Amino acid sequence: MDISVLAVVAILYLGVIGYLGFRGYMATRSTSDYLLAGRTIHPYVMALSYGAAFISTAAIVGFGGAAAVFGMGLLWLTFFNITVGILIAFVVFGKRTRKMGHHLQAHTFPELLGRRFNSRFIQGFAGLIIVLFMPLYASAVLIGAARYVEATFDGVSFEVAVTLFSLLIAGYVVAGGLKGVMYADALQGSLMFLGMFILILFTYGRLGGVHEAHRQLGRLPSDIEAGYQELAPTIRALAPEGLDDDGLLKWFSEQITVYRSSNALQDEAAKADFIAKHPEAMAAGALLASHPVLRSKLAINQLSRGGFQGWTRMPKWGSNFFYVLVTSMVLGVGIGVLAQPQLAVRFMTVKSSRELNRAVLVGGVFILSMTGVAFIVGNLSNVWFAKPENGGAISIASVPGGNIDLIIPSFINSALPSWFGALFMLTLLSAAMSTLSSQFHAIGTSIGRDVFERGILGLHQHQSTVLITRIGVILGLLVTVSLSFLLPAGIIAAATAIFFGLCAASFLPSFVGGLFWRRMTRAGAIASLCAGFGMSFFWVMFVQMPKGQIPAILANALLGRPSLLSGPVLGIHWNWTEALVVCLPLSAITGIVVSLLTQPESERHLALCFDGIGADKDQSA
Amino acid sequence: MFGIEDPWIWMAYLLIILSALACVVYGVLNWNKDGDDTPTEADIKWAKEEDKIGDEL
Repeated sequence: MDISVLAVVAILYLGVIGYLGFRGYMATRSTSDYLLAGRTIHPYVMALSYGAAFISTAAIVGFGGAAAVFGMGLLWLTFFNITVGILIAFVVFGKRTRKMGHHLQAHTFPELLGRRFNSRFIQGFAGLIIVLFMPLYASAVLIGAARYVEATFDGVSFEVAVTLFSLLIAGYVVAGGLKGVMYADALQGSLMFLGMFILILFTYGRLGGVHEAHRQLGRLPSDIEAGYQELAPTIRALAPEGLDDDGLLKWFSEQITVYRSSNALQDEAAKADFIAKHPEAMAAGALLASHPVLRSKLAINQLSRGGFQGWTRMPKWGSNFFYVLVTSMVLGVGIGVLAQPQLAVRFMTVKSSRELNRAVLVGGVFILSMTGVAFIVGNLSNVWFAKPENGGAISIASVPGGNIDLIIPSFINSALPSWFGALFMLTLLSAAMSTLSSQFHAIGTSIGRDVFERGILGLHQHQSTVLITRIGVILGLLVTVSLSFLLPAGIIAAATAIFFGLCAASFLPSFVGGLFWRRMTRAGAIASLCAGFGMSFFWVMFVQMPKGQIPAILANALLGRPSLLSGPVLGIHWNWTEALVVCLPLSAITGIVVSLLTQPESERHLALCFDGIGADKDQSA
Repeated sequence: MFGIEDPWIWMAYLLIILSALACVVYGVLNWNKDGDDTPTEADIKWAKEEDKIGDEL
């Protein structure tokens, strides 16, 4: 697709969002107008506004691509997204968050925690965690959008795509996008709805329907094996004698590595010399080039070593893939959503609990059509790419460099009509912008209000707060863009999971305790926050290997080891285990024990916090 | 079921549809519940401060 299409789509998009934002802003001039002047907001608008902030390009492009490798077991994350991210978040957490937030005059997530526990430290420290780590998640969102542009538009590199998107975000922020006008968010949610709906219709339609598409996906590994077995005698004729089946595949894989290294040679004479010295590797390479099924076989062989057993089967119990899928993607992201600062504050902006009840209706269907569709399409892309007329190799073997973040964009560009490419551009622009605006809103208010004005620093200079908030947003944007360039390929899902896990371990125990347990004390909340963050940070830096493969940063840099706990300990591969699974229980236990050992908060303060909530609601009734 | 043999997978496929339906049913059954439209003093104060934060951003 031509780059001019991108320019037209982007300008149209900004124009419409800007116009709608302005109209929405004029119609509902302010939050107080909406909340207090008897206005109503349609539950569809509330649900889509929340959903658009929740679901981003990280979920669609990043996790959709991961689904192409991890299989349909990733649908358990969709189940968590709906039950935990919508049903429990809205009904159980949302109603109390709204009431307590208003009673305590809290406007940010750290402020809610800080005021519930009467602690400026909690507000400031929680704000600092958001400022420092939210850019990691924001960069995952930015990378997701940029990968689509890279794969869709001719001559646009990833670097150019990131730069273009950064300019778009800057324009969005300057145009007032951070104000979060619900109607603009809802339009973005609607575009996402439309794009994903068409995507699933086309995908199932092209592959013969739901049942047939799944059947082909289930049969794919055995089809690939059959294709390989047909070629095995040809490979055996090239290989040394006496190799068994495993040895033959290993030999072939080694020859392909040699063959690919020859492609990297720039000097023609050196290349010719290399080719002359490795005739078997060149013959193996020629065989690979003319038989794409061999690319699939090699890719599956590598995936199988991680525990892959097929796309319609769960990974092998206790394998690398099993740990990454279950602990990191399903539990880390599925539970972590409850403690996402940019989402929790949205509950405070609704008018009454009734709005939350109503929004659940649309929210569940919205999430199903976002992550459910992305994960199913990611899986089915394998069937599409494996057809001879579409290249003949499975998804990961069809995208440049085996970069899973390119799978969804490549599938859309090759399998769907070109007009859909432009529409999907709108879908992804919406998914990126709505999430990024909520993220930068959180970064800005965290540094200005939580850290500087009311938190740790406690500098009550309001004029300076405004300036610092704006500087915070700009710095957050710069760090996000820098991270997008620095992070390795195929990192979107892992970066998202790390941020969600970090937030859950740090904030969730005190958030739950703050909303539901009167006995939780300030000391308990501080202990839980510090323990949860400290342990998560240590785990991510020294133990956990993202994607089960990338070395833990500080363990690698300081100790020269991929992880402090490389082998299984007590039968568990801790280095593949998501921080949340270990640190959330420890953080919760710390909070409970310290709370029980310290003096309860004053009855007067608790009465203010829980006015109209739980037991107080019954009393007042 | 759904052309999928592994029960862990078709169960997930089924549950995502059922959980979305559960959301619809919950929304319908509770459509008019918990509607307290009378703003309290705290609500008014909160909303005004929220506007100020939005404008400054």
